[in-house]
Amino acid sequence: MNIATLKSLNSARAARRAAVVVTDLATGRTQTLLEGEPLPSEWEAAISGALRSGRPTLATLGERSLFINVHLPPPRIVVIGAVHISQVLGQFAPVAGFDLSIIDPRTAFATEERFRGTELIAEWPEDVLTARPLDRYTALTALTHDPKIDDHPLRAALEAGCFYVGALGSRKTHAARVERLRQAGVAAEDIGRIRAPIGLDIGAASPAEIAIAILAEIIAALRKRELGWGGEAP
Amino acid sequence: MTKEGNILDPLQVAETWHRQGRAVALATVIETWGSAPRPVGSHLVIDGEGNFQGSVSGGCVEGAVIAEAADVIQSGAPKILEFGVADETAWRVGLSCGGRIRVYIERVDG
Repeated sequence: MNIATLKSLNSARAARRAAVVVTDLATGRTQTLLEGEPLPSEWEAAISGALRSGRPTLATLGERSLFINVHLPPPRIVVIGAVHISQVLGQFAPVAGFDLSIIDPRTAFATEERFRGTELIAEWPEDVLTARPLDRYTALTALTHDPKIDDHPLRAALEAGCFYVGALGSRKTHAARVERLRQAGVAAEDIGRIRAPIGLDIGAASPAEIAIAILAEIIAALRKRELGWGGEAP
Repeated sequence: MTKEGNILDPLQVAETWHRQGRAVALATVIETWGSAPRPVGSHLVIDGEGNFQGSVSGGCVEGAVIAEAADVIQSGAPKILEFGVADETAWRVGLSCGGRIRVYIERVDG
């Protein structure tokens, strides 16, 4: 491997950007493809499969034997709102392989006792997300129902191209939210990416069931996502 | 990844060692059969003096990979090694779990 290849790979990983390293096993030649760069058309099928699953793979193209290694940023979930649903989500998410953190400026909700073992940040999302920006490998769920707390992170998530953006609330609440976001200048297409009502439609009723519906919807969004590869926006 | 820190990340170690002027080889698991201790894509980085970081197995075949890496560092030609119980080398090095793995070793150039 060329040192330049290794350096670009490492800086992509540090920046939480997906990267693929293709090695021609006969010649030893390696090539790094970074998220957003054009994908050679003959490799597209093999590479996009590896990217979705996150599994490296061997591919034979013509007479060439290629090893495709995949470096995906570890997926994480950012929850806005230290509510009952997030208590359960905080327990399930690590089991499914996600890092999870909860942000809620209301210290009455964000208590250690209710969220033992889960990363809990009792500050305004604006401040937290400036220091720790959202990215394409992050799912954002807004669960407070409170526009003062939910609206900013929702906009930040759409701008960052989070692979999942979901918001809790009735259809009426969401209609009001859509109107606020529209007036704040968010494009209709972006607003349309918000999953509301949040979670897969499995008839979930209890907080635990809703948390499962949300987690399942996040997994579906991760595994079926558009790759946004080839220079296209996410 | 960044949370783990540099010293446990083979790819970051490879870059650091190269910057320090050390000869560096990178080994990668490219294929596994049966129960393999480390998944495809796992890395082990080796320097010219046999120092290493990372793993391609649970420790079963690292010794052999490190020895072969010295050759790869010398010649610059990449190598593919296969380890497993079906292999005649199983009596010397092998995977106690009964799986088989293929490992690609290359030199970090430039």
